[in-house]
Amino acid sequence: MLEVGNLACSRGDHRLFSGLSFTLHPGQIMQVQGANGSGKTSLLRTLCGFIQPDEGQIFWRGKRVRELGEDYFAELLYLGHLNAIKDELSALENLQMSAGLAGYTVSEQQAVSVLRRMGLQRREHLPVRVLSQGQRRRVALARLLTSDAHLWILDEPLTALDVGAVGLMQELIGEHLSNGGMTIFTTHQPLQVAGVQMLQLALS
Amino acid sequence: MKKLSLLGLLGLVIRRDLLLAMRRRADVLTTLIFFVMVVSLFPLGVGPEPEMLRKMASGVVWVAALLSSMLSLPRMFSADYLDGTLEQMLLAPQSLTALVLGKIVAHWMLSGLPLVLIAPVLGLQFDMSLQALWMLVVALLLGTPILSMIGAIGAALTLGLRGGGVLVSLLVLPLCIPVLIFGAGAVDAVNSGMSAVSNLSLLGAFMLFALVFTPFVAAQALRISME
Repeated sequence: MLEVGNLACSRGDHRLFSGLSFTLHPGQIMQVQGANGSGKTSLLRTLCGFIQPDEGQIFWRGKRVRELGEDYFAELLYLGHLNAIKDELSALENLQMSAGLAGYTVSEQQAVSVLRRMGLQRREHLPVRVLSQGQRRRVALARLLTSDAHLWILDEPLTALDVGAVGLMQELIGEHLSNGGMTIFTTHQPLQVAGVQMLQLALS
Repeated sequence: MKKLSLLGLLGLVIRRDLLLAMRRRADVLTTLIFFVMVVSLFPLGVGPEPEMLRKMASGVVWVAALLSSMLSLPRMFSADYLDGTLEQMLLAPQSLTALVLGKIVAHWMLSGLPLVLIAPVLGLQFDMSLQALWMLVVALLLGTPILSMIGAIGAALTLGLRGGGVLVSLLVLPLCIPVLIFGAGAVDAVNSGMSAVSNLSLLGAFMLFALVFTPFVAAQALRISME
């Protein structure tokens, strides 16, 4: 369970949001809405611990995130604007490396089957440099399938994805939620997860 | 799914950085070629006076090693910063310090170790004696890791800044002065027939001290830079 109490954040002198509180339970999904520059990315980065909030606390399973540190990171998966993949490596190597950085190993067999599911068959061994933007995003999203993190924080996961991939994302998020996971995301595209009530958080 | 141990993570980071460097060899070669060029310019510029060349050899090689390691420092974290991998590293459930240590070791293997290996060949241009060449290699072997370790702090602090490359040199070079003094001093001691043990012990002590503190400090600097 993720609890946020009275959170305030500013960038420079500009106050982005203040007095922000919400609770996210297992199986719940929340969409952060707001215009460009309203602080959506800053909120997600604050939840990840990159940015220290001006005020307020973030609790994970009843404990403060600051004190949990690496135990919190083990249950967190963050996907930002940047794909965090290396142009020089193949999709397969990228997936295995990013799994390694997140603290677990993925066998080649498992990685190949995950990439197939992401629609990257016969692209597994190509350097990511030669793939299209949408395919790179798919390589980055493949991490979701190998990880067993409970909390997904996704910043614009649908950028550059085609209709088929958006459908696949909805399916993946649905599976994650039904396994008791939680998701917080931002998007400017419609995203519907079947059978789940989506919480909304509007920043202004 | 298997959990990765701390040593496993260290190995993975080193392997990853070496693999990336193999796929982009030009970066490694530029540092090495810079080193060779700078050292080779001195005999050409100063003239073929063996006595003088022998005297200045160790200092020239050390200064060149210092400069070429500055050349490669900005690259230590910048690629990972630009493509978002660094964000993921900060979220690694194991110690960020271990991860930074892995990056430092990889950086040394790519920018420090080649210099150590080629230094004896360059030393021949200066008519260095066999003992002096041997001492040069040992001193560089102890000293170049310190340059990578101190440099990691500078590289982490200047991440994402405009003109970070120059700034990192200004930050790191003064801190490397003791390494230069004792590194070059070790070779001079051998040249004048004295024991270099004191110089080498001091270099070794610096290295151990840096090994304990710098990965942690660089990790904290990365967290500050990412905010």
